[in-house]
Amino acid sequence: MHNAARLVLLLIVLSDLAVLGTTRLTSCIRGLAAQGVLLGLLPLLLAPQLSVHAVSLGLGTVAVKAVVLPWFLARAIREAAVRREIEPLVGFIGSQLLGALAIALAFAIASRLPLPPTQQSLLVPVSLATLMIGFLVLTTRRKALMQVVGYLILENGIYLFGLTHTESVPFLIELGVLLDVFVGVFIMGIVVFHINREFDSLDSTRLTELSD
Amino acid sequence: MTWEGGAALGILGIAAPAVPGIAVKTKSLLTGRRGAPVLQLYYDLWKLLRKGTVYSRTTTWVFRAGPVVMLASLLVATLFLPLDGRAAPAGFAGDLVVFAGLLALGRFALVLAGLDTGSSFEGLGASREVTIASFAEPTLFLCFIALVLATGEISLGGMLGTPLAVAWPRAGASLSLVGISLFVLLLAENSRVPVDDPATHLELTMIHEVIVLDHSGPDLALILYGGALKLALFGVLVVSVFVPRADLSGGVAVAVLVAGVALVAVAVGVVESIMARLRLNRVPQLLVGAAVLASFGIILQLH
Amino acid sequence: MRLLAICALPLLAALAVLGLPVFRGRRVPVGLLAVIALTHLFLVATLWAVPEPAALGGWIAADPLGLTVLTLTSVLFLVTVTYTVGYLRREKPRSGRVFAGGLLAFLSAASVVSLAQHLAMLWVGMEATTLSVAPLVFLRRDRRSLEATWKYLVISSVGIALALLGTFFLASAQVDVPGRPLVLPDLLEHARELHPAWLRVAFLFLLVGFGTKMGLAPMHTWKPDTYAEAPSLVSGLMAGALTSCAFLGVARVTEVVMAAGLGSFAQPVLIGFGLFSLAVAAVFIIGQSDVKRLLAYSSVEHMGLLVLGLGLGGVGAYGSMLHLVNNGLSKGWVFLVTGNIVLATGSATAAGNRGLIRTLPVSAALLVLGLFAVTGSPPFGLFMSEFTILRAAINAGHPWIAAAILLMLAIIFVGMAALVLGMALGEPEPGTAPVRESPWLVAGPMGLAAAVLMLGVYIPGPLHDVLARAATALGGTAP
Repeated sequence: MHNAARLVLLLIVLSDLAVLGTTRLTSCIRGLAAQGVLLGLLPLLLAPQLSVHAVSLGLGTVAVKAVVLPWFLARAIREAAVRREIEPLVGFIGSQLLGALAIALAFAIASRLPLPPTQQSLLVPVSLATLMIGFLVLTTRRKALMQVVGYLILENGIYLFGLTHTESVPFLIELGVLLDVFVGVFIMGIVVFHINREFDSLDSTRLTELSD
Repeated sequence: MTWEGGAALGILGIAAPAVPGIAVKTKSLLTGRRGAPVLQLYYDLWKLLRKGTVYSRTTTWVFRAGPVVMLASLLVATLFLPLDGRAAPAGFAGDLVVFAGLLALGRFALVLAGLDTGSSFEGLGASREVTIASFAEPTLFLCFIALVLATGEISLGGMLGTPLAVAWPRAGASLSLVGISLFVLLLAENSRVPVDDPATHLELTMIHEVIVLDHSGPDLALILYGGALKLALFGVLVVSVFVPRADLSGGVAVAVLVAGVALVAVAVGVVESIMARLRLNRVPQLLVGAAVLASFGIILQLH
Repeated sequence: MRLLAICALPLLAALAVLGLPVFRGRRVPVGLLAVIALTHLFLVATLWAVPEPAALGGWIAADPLGLTVLTLTSVLFLVTVTYTVGYLRREKPRSGRVFAGGLLAFLSAASVVSLAQHLAMLWVGMEATTLSVAPLVFLRRDRRSLEATWKYLVISSVGIALALLGTFFLASAQVDVPGRPLVLPDLLEHARELHPAWLRVAFLFLLVGFGTKMGLAPMHTWKPDTYAEAPSLVSGLMAGALTSCAFLGVARVTEVVMAAGLGSFAQPVLIGFGLFSLAVAAVFIIGQSDVKRLLAYSSVEHMGLLVLGLGLGGVGAYGSMLHLVNNGLSKGWVFLVTGNIVLATGSATAAGNRGLIRTLPVSAALLVLGLFAVTGSPPFGLFMSEFTILRAAINAGHPWIAAAILLMLAIIFVGMAALVLGMALGEPEPGTAPVRESPWLVAGPMGLAAAVLMLGVYIPGPLHDVLARAATALGGTAP
């Protein structure tokens, strides 16, 4: 179980890097869906024994993060008829390098945090790395849909960190968090649809009318 | 040097031309064609060795020296690899730098020979090749650093030999990432798809092919053989990282190596049939991606 | 039972409005809104008279801090609903369901935030307030409100995500410490045993995260656009109630940090954010030409003052609590009045409005009085609360902070007065006739104005009592 969890966490980092490096929006969504599946597997692998709590959490996560949200985003892509992300504000190579830097920072920070020794030792670094990469995608991408993807990756990172505390965050709260994320992305998707209709593009650098 | 090592060296030297053949055959079969026979390169080499050479009036001794230097550097580089899985025929601390340097020397000689012709097509290919190399070299060094961290050895014979087998259980994930990165490097250094298309006929789209456009006869045979040897060399690198053979007996280790390189050639063929060539400005992104994978492997080691 | 009803009733109403077919069509179910608003306020009022113990296994309870915010929200909601009656006679939102559903969901979420004793539950409620307001900001569906909604959603979501991370860090601080995880009373009881490193990081993340929702600088960039493009009644509710809920999040973690003895770490951070927010507000208010943007920056200023009061300690905590109430009421007042102006003239900018005192006498008068209130002039309540905060600064031995605050308040007054007086006074455009102002549209603001005026002169006993207890919980004292 320990090794399986370790493998899943490494694959999560690889999926982060994949989203950073790809230009096709549909590939990004697929990477996100893969991440959702991996995240759903983790509670099952980390729990000392299989409980109803862990199974239902895993299933719920997979349902929301790997099925519903990617489907919804894919539909938004079809409606807006966008295919590729144009060069992000730091460039694709810059994004990759910043991603590698984020991973290095995450591991460095995690080694300094006072963690209880029983934890899966990769969980905190991977969660911090995913968090930072999600933030990176959110801030450097121009297409509004990519910003939503970045937000979801950020949330995945925080969720990963929350997995270190499965006892203190009761099931109901986790359900609430999932629901909040779902509704949030739902509303974002609707706004993206309207942005596309009004501005005829999803380039968020065009949203510059309001300013001081 | 053990007799297995010597035998492996000999087998590598003789069987190298079959490696590109396997790749091409796999690609042909996957795309629904019969394709050239696996041993096609041997026939080409035999044909070329018996032909005469034509030298352009604008070339100098640099043009004649290019293929020879390239092949010589490759052969010397082979000596640093532990082909029997335990130790290399030649080695000393820090020889990984010499290895990378020899590969670079070979590439440099070829590029100079291409520039020596004075043709603009060769110049085009030369500048592209060197650009790709400038991204590939750091990636290679990052992979080497990861191996150094895993095994604690700074000689190629040690990094890829017995200490690697010892390090595998602990650093398996990191080494897998290094292996993947080395495979991408293989595609880049040997001008395979998605970095360069070895089958293209248009000079404007070639990278490696266009540098050697003007060579003929035995010179071209040397270059083709050198290319096959380089592919086999990188194949050995990839196989050594993924399959540590120190625990196997000598003969079995060599057999596993041969099978492994053949498998790598099949993988190259599969990749060539799945992917299309990348646009030139996307090739650096691919190599940076490979570098990031290798650096992630390094980070995992340091954790 | 009442606590549950306070949270659940608006939510059930919201679900009914959004789900039941009887509510289809463009009409807003004002009757339902009014019933829920009145019931909610009634239940909250009874909480003042007859306190109720914790419910849901200790997860929700009405402690002094929460009760203050809850009452403020409930009052503002009722006023907004009365305003809506007059508003709907002039403007019809595209979807009545979304309008009513969003408002009701917001009320429910704000109630959850106020009453939550489990900090993860507080977070869920906070995220729900963000999401429930988003469709309301977007009501007009034009380019500008679209851009504003997008910025609001992205920045708020990131802020809330950071707050969630901070909540998890807080749970990390509680590892190996007795008590239920993330439950406030247990956190406070065992505060000295919490891991200080985790607690510090948690404080920072929760401050930045909830501070984004409050609109503290530098996380305030969504505020001017959002308040300007949303309908004024929505902006009023956001500036009055939503920011107070977000402040509650910051206050809760400050409670824990103070109880753990890390005040010397937390207070400089709070003071820093507070002063920075004041400075940013002062800079951007000069030269503003849009009243709603002006009020947004004023909101940034007041959020800075709230956090300053927390950071200065002593009577500053009481000052913050009093300021919370005063600011909420006055923001609601001024935004609703601005809404009247927009309804009558179509714009909230200086270019579109002059001589309002003649065309819209009641609203213009309320606007000018609101200017004085919001900038902290006596006899309005904000003067008392700001004065208390200044006193705290001097008591704590930071006279230069008090001087800085006064300077920036003066700059803000000048900037705001320039715009508001310019709009209210002077000669109106030739040909504009005085507008008959609907009583529905002015009753609410007038009531709020009266309340703020009263608080400037006299603070009722029960209110003072609750505020004092809240201040003590925050590590301060009552005057």
